[in-house]
Amino acid sequence: MSLVNIKIEGRPYQVEEGLTILEAARQCGYEIPSLCSFNHGECNQGSCRVCLVEATGARGLAASCVYQVAEGMEVLINSPKAVAARRTSVELLLSNHNVNCQQCGKSGQCELQNVARIVGAREGMFKGAKTPTTYDDVSPSIVRDTSKCILCGRCVERCKNAHGNGVLGFQNRGFDAKVGPAMDISFADSPCIMCGQCVTVCPTGALLPKSEIDKVDFARAQGKYMVVQTAPAVRAALGEEFGLPIGTPVTGKMAAALRRLGFNRVYDVDFGADLTIMEEANELLDRVKSGGVLPMITSCSPGWVNYAETYYADLLPHLSSCKSPHQMQGAIIKSYFAQAHGLDPKDIFVVSIMPCTAKKSEKDRAQMEVDGIRDVDAVLTVCELGDLIKRSGMQFNRLPEEGFDYDIMGTSTGAGVIFGVTGGVMEAALRTAYRVLEGKEHDAVVFNAVRGFDGIREATIAMGGMDVKVAVASGMANAKILLDQIREGTSPYHFIEIMGCPGGCINGGGMPIVRHCFLPNEDVDIVDTYRAKRARALYTEDERNTLRQSHNNPQIIELYSRFLEKPNSHKAHELLHTTYAGREPFRVQDH
Amino acid sequence: MARLSGASVARIEEICDAYQGEKTPLVMILSDIQREFGYVPLEVQEVVSRKTGLSVAEIYGVVTFYSFFSLTPKGKHVIGCCLGTACYVKGAQRIIDRFCNDLGIEPGGTTDDGMFTIDALRCIGACAAAPAVTIDGKVYARVDISQVPGIISAYRQMEGGAE
Amino acid sequence: MYATTEELQRDVQRFMDELHGKFDGSDGKTYLVFCGGTGCMAGGTPDLIAEARKLIADEGLEESVVTRRVGCFGLCSQGPFVRIYPGDILYRLVKAEDMYDIIHKHIIGGEIVERLIYEDPKTGEKFEHMADIPFYRRQKRIALHGCGVIDPTRIEESLAMGGYQGLMRALTMDRQDVIDTIIASGLRGRGGGGFPTGRKWQFAYNQDSAEKYVVCNGDEGDPGAFMDRSLLEDNPLSVLEGMAIAGYAIGASQGYFYIRAEYPIAVQRVNAIIEQAEERGLLGDNILGTGFSFHAHVRLGAGAFVCGEETALLNSIMGLRGMPRPRPPFPAVSGLWGKPTVVNNVETLSCTAYIMREGIEAFTQYGTENSKGTKVFCLGGKVVNVGLVEMPMGYTMRDLIFDIGGGIQDDKEFKALQTGGPSGGCLTPEYLDEPIDFDNMVRLGSMMGSGGAIVMDEDNCMVDVAKFYMGFICDESCGKCSPCRIGTKRMLEILERITSGKGTMKDFDELDTIAEACKTNSLCALGQTAANPILSTIAHFKDEYIAHIEEHRCPARVCKDLIEYHIDPDKCRKCSACARVCPVFAIEGVAGKTPFVIDLEKCIKCGTCVTACRFDAIYKA
Ligand SMILES: Cc1cc2nc3c(=O)[nH]c(=O)nc-3n(C[C@H](O)[C@H](O)[C@H](O)COP(=O)(O)O)c2cc1C
Ligand code: SF4
Ligand code: SF4
Ligand code: SF4
Ligand code: SF4
Ligand code: SF4
Ligand code: SF4
Ligand code: SF4
Ligand code: SF4
Ligand code: FES
Ligand code: FES
Ligand code: FES
Ligand code: FES
Repeated sequence: MSLVNIKIEGRPYQVEEGLTILEAARQCGYEIPSLCSFNHGECNQGSCRVCLVEATGARGLAASCVYQVAEGMEVLINSPKAVAARRTSVELLLSNHNVNCQQCGKSGQCELQNVARIVGAREGMFKGAKTPTTYDDVSPSIVRDTSKCILCGRCVERCKNAHGNGVLGFQNRGFDAKVGPAMDISFADSPCIMCGQCVTVCPTGALLPKSEIDKVDFARAQGKYMVVQTAPAVRAALGEEFGLPIGTPVTGKMAAALRRLGFNRVYDVDFGADLTIMEEANELLDRVKSGGVLPMITSCSPGWVNYAETYYADLLPHLSSCKSPHQMQGAIIKSYFAQAHGLDPKDIFVVSIMPCTAKKSEKDRAQMEVDGIRDVDAVLTVCELGDLIKRSGMQFNRLPEEGFDYDIMGTSTGAGVIFGVTGGVMEAALRTAYRVLEGKEHDAVVFNAVRGFDGIREATIAMGGMDVKVAVASGMANAKILLDQIREGTSPYHFIEIMGCPGGCINGGGMPIVRHCFLPNEDVDIVDTYRAKRARALYTEDERNTLRQSHNNPQIIELYSRFLEKPNSHKAHELLHTTYAGREPFRVQDH
Repeated sequence: MARLSGASVARIEEICDAYQGEKTPLVMILSDIQREFGYVPLEVQEVVSRKTGLSVAEIYGVVTFYSFFSLTPKGKHVIGCCLGTACYVKGAQRIIDRFCNDLGIEPGGTTDDGMFTIDALRCIGACAAAPAVTIDGKVYARVDISQVPGIISAYRQMEGGAE
Repeated sequence: MYATTEELQRDVQRFMDELHGKFDGSDGKTYLVFCGGTGCMAGGTPDLIAEARKLIADEGLEESVVTRRVGCFGLCSQGPFVRIYPGDILYRLVKAEDMYDIIHKHIIGGEIVERLIYEDPKTGEKFEHMADIPFYRRQKRIALHGCGVIDPTRIEESLAMGGYQGLMRALTMDRQDVIDTIIASGLRGRGGGGFPTGRKWQFAYNQDSAEKYVVCNGDEGDPGAFMDRSLLEDNPLSVLEGMAIAGYAIGASQGYFYIRAEYPIAVQRVNAIIEQAEERGLLGDNILGTGFSFHAHVRLGAGAFVCGEETALLNSIMGLRGMPRPRPPFPAVSGLWGKPTVVNNVETLSCTAYIMREGIEAFTQYGTENSKGTKVFCLGGKVVNVGLVEMPMGYTMRDLIFDIGGGIQDDKEFKALQTGGPSGGCLTPEYLDEPIDFDNMVRLGSMMGSGGAIVMDEDNCMVDVAKFYMGFICDESCGKCSPCRIGTKRMLEILERITSGKGTMKDFDELDTIAEACKTNSLCALGQTAANPILSTIAHFKDEYIAHIEEHRCPARVCKDLIEYHIDPDKCRKCSACARVCPVFAIEGVAGKTPFVIDLEKCIKCGTCVTACRFDAIYKA
């Protein structure tokens, strides 16, 4: 890469050729207010016109997020002309915006709010009609409110990048332009898989997870027996809600906070993950032995399950029949746990804290109940938990480190915790499958081949006298490649892990928002590295755990011996397994 | 949702296939469909999506971007009022207003009986004939506002006579 | 299928002889040439042709008297036309019933039909020949060469008019020499921007890429202009030739025509000419044995003005929403499917064919220092001669409006000339003697644009005109970037306020702020120039704005909310004609008894009654 000489605010710098002015300025220690720009152009290229600067060679002002530096360029960020222009751009945006920050779910983390403040935009400078809006809160997972949309296009690009065939698109033109699913229909009627990737990139409150805090409050007020369980990825990110650096594990403080929020029991879904591994690894071995449908594909990511049901209904027999860990654990809480404590399952209210918006709809699936008792009653995202904690008055960072409740399902293994990152389920399953087939633990606990963030990873492991071929994919764009192989009959694999979100749950739709504008001193590729940092937090927790294989979890062993008999038993099937059904991409009755 | 007949699906697929040699022919495919079917509803977009591999969201985005495409059927007679500059400065706005008033619809709208659609056009190349109006492609030159009711009833009568 | 240039040239000679025969009588036939332009077709050309054929058949003259249909003659307001060869006699404002005299008196009797001869409305002077009419006298057809003369559906006639001679010359030259020729000709883009064409080609030439493209921009979005349409309909081969020349020069073998879907005839003609050219080996692989290969494709627009903007156009060709993207990279570097692409306007390409054929000198002898050659204008509005004008750059506005255009209709007062369409501005009477060229137009606060030239008179409200353009831009904004998407809407709202008498003087400041933001902040030129019609009307007609704001008065009596319709009881002859046409029954009176009266509560100000009253009794106030 050759270097070019530029000046910013009159000071000379050398930067790499090919960078945008915005990227170059960041490297030189400047943060230009910007709004639509995101992750190497994962946006509607240069549309908000907030990042304008004066730059020699540019006609008028240059949009710094797309305009590249050139030799001898002089950039002025703070000139009166640039300052005024940025302000007017934001004021125009505000004139077509439903500005009610006080009640907005994005307040405090909203890039528009932040940038408006920084550029000194005055609300109400320009008055006039607003674009007709759509408010969609029909799906259990996501609320879309176009009155807050700035048409940055990040969600469109993210959905497309993650899943290949995007659900979101621009529609209409001019002042009527909007972003949404085709025909502007509800997410609920669209091929949306509820993964919430779009939510994580939205700079404003236009896309938000659907809150279930009220539901939890109501149950508590009714005096329900409150049980909470947290997914593996949550501990790796909750700290971000309280200003801790990305990738800080906060397992202990989280448990403390949940207990102080009044939950009667605080459990870790890692236990459920261990249970899933027991069931899934044995199901795999069953299929291999009995000539069942192969490759078998994991089913713990509801985003992926939604996709399979929509676009690959013919491959549904390939999906493991296992419920996802929190659903399994919910079912166990309402049976095994309830019995043990003499509780009526109807009085128990199970709340899952998830990195995921799809889990909100998963828990509502008709199949997710046993004898009329729902497995899980509410799903909160990491952000919602953060809100609950803030609301309660707790100072999170000053909480003591506590543990999860110990009884019945308080132990978990490192295998359970890595579920939160792509490849984790595979690795955990291999650890157990190896043991079952070989009768001993694998020499190396870690299966490096399935780790990392490449779109597709594969490995061959010799066990039980055969070469077991596995593959891992996250994001539907990658999954599609493996699925089409199966369709064409060319898939060489026995077992495939698929996660809805690129990178897995550490990048889930319910995770905290990561933005430059809120963390201006972070690396230039903050958005690319946060996944790695969160993943690191989980792998570290795995390494620290003395138990690293699901089958070595003593409470799992106890659960089987006292209640479920053995993996894939009749009882286990009743509680822990589920079914799937194909569905139409568009479920519009009449339009 | 109204289902497409097998014949319609086959025809749409045929149109898509006709452009197989072309790079990125979406707009052409949609234009052909619009011309032949008169509109491009969601069901049609789904077929095009299957054939082209483009997402329905993207196709819908294209359909709603270009004013040539319509999501609902147009009327039997399409009244195009030129609102190009040359026509506008000669009072074209009053002509379209009067058509809208008499038919009780907005520009772009279709009457309830499906008889008329009013479209606002931009220069149709007949500036010398300003203000110009086209009905089903036939150009009416130098339209005077008092002719409007007569034009409408002529088309209505034509329909009446045909029944 | 011509395998070599020599083969083609032999045929061209024959085509030329044939074509001349149609004009000078050497083939022993009489030709009735009809204008097939949109204006005349709407005015009844098809009926004229049918009638003529019938009369010819009645007289048994089918062998010796032939009808021909060619493109727009230019003087559309005098159409429909019939031009008779040999003799080159022009008849105008012809009706079907006039055909009888034309056939019997002129064709059979050899006598000119006096009443159908063009008569100068001012001097009363009569002109039998088209070229003598003042409207045509000072024009020069370079881009429009062959238009209105040849039958555009027959490639032979176009070839006879010199079609493909420019390309053949280019093919004997070095590619760089072709580019140098265009640079030396000083040709600037006719699509509006005026960017030097040769330099654009040079950029694309300099790119190292095996795959390059030429795109002909035939989107013609200016809502009052149809120059490109005429060119594509009336001599499509000249544009195709220009495209192939560009392809040769930059090293492209593929060309795309992007044509508005609203121009079905243009599309049909271009497709037909491509087909004919392919059949004859003038398009395709190894053209005329020169080793140069070029293929042309047609893509249709689908009703979006912004697709005239080059990056939006490329997106549209690529099947996407026509939203512009930031430049750089310019299309010459990264265009269609990421490959170097030259985008040129229809007229620009036609000019390159002319330059390559006739030489640099033939082009540069017209025009001004920095604007060489001619420009086609679509003269419209309140001018006497409405139509298509191609004149050398540097003529003054007075030349255009009063000399060529014949002055203002009904002897009204000239108020403004609007050029540059929605991106342009108004030029007022004080500039009448300013020359029209790229740079001077910008200096005067407007722009050349693609050639729309609309004349306004005292009856036009300039605030209303500004609102018209802003409404257009607001409708046509792609909606991608915030200043244009929202700013144009806000400006339109302000103009709506002002024209309905609800404006305040503060609105000027707001307009100013938004206009400035649109100009500096917008992504593409649509937004960047969106405020021009407002700024230019404020600059010249601020008093009209103030009248609307402070006095709630529309001086030109156009703005509906500020006028009322009244009947002058002294003039009313109680005929009841007005009451019968009123769509809302707002006019009361008893026929023959009392003067009629308009109920102002009911009146929707449609204006129908005014045209219905034969006694001029109804007035606006
Ligand atoms: C909003 C907008 C509309 C335009 N419309 C047209 C058009 O209709 N025809 C055209 O040739 N150029 C149009 N242009 C200019 C083109 O972007 C481009 O500059 C031109 O086609 C280049 O060709 P030229 O150099 O031969 O003029 C438009 C530009 C803008 C910003
Ligand atoms: S989206 Fe942002 S600016 Fe808009 S209301 Fe919500 S917090 Fe405020
Ligand atoms: S910041 Fe000010 S305006 Fe906003 S809620 Fe608080 S007191 Fe009200
Ligand atoms: S939730 Fe996922 S699938 Fe649905 S629109 Fe958002 S990114 Fe696309
Ligand atoms: S919904 Fe959010 S991410 Fe999507 S375009 Fe609107 S503001 Fe951007
Ligand atoms: S990968 Fe995780 S966060 Fe994403 S949809 Fe699947 S379960 Fe939810
Ligand atoms: S200036 Fe207008 S037309 Fe151009 S990109 Fe922006 S919104 Fe679209
Ligand atoms: S202007 Fe129209 S509505 Fe008013 S009185 Fe005349 S015809 Fe009737
Ligand atoms: S048409 Fe004229 S003259 Fe006749 S009643 Fe009406 S106003 Fe009077
Ligand atoms: S980088 Fe600015 S819009 Fe994408
Ligand atoms: S245009 Fe650069 S951040 Fe939006
Ligand atoms: S403006 Fe109406 S035909 Fe040209
Ligand atoms: S259309 Fe006949 S002269 Fe223009």
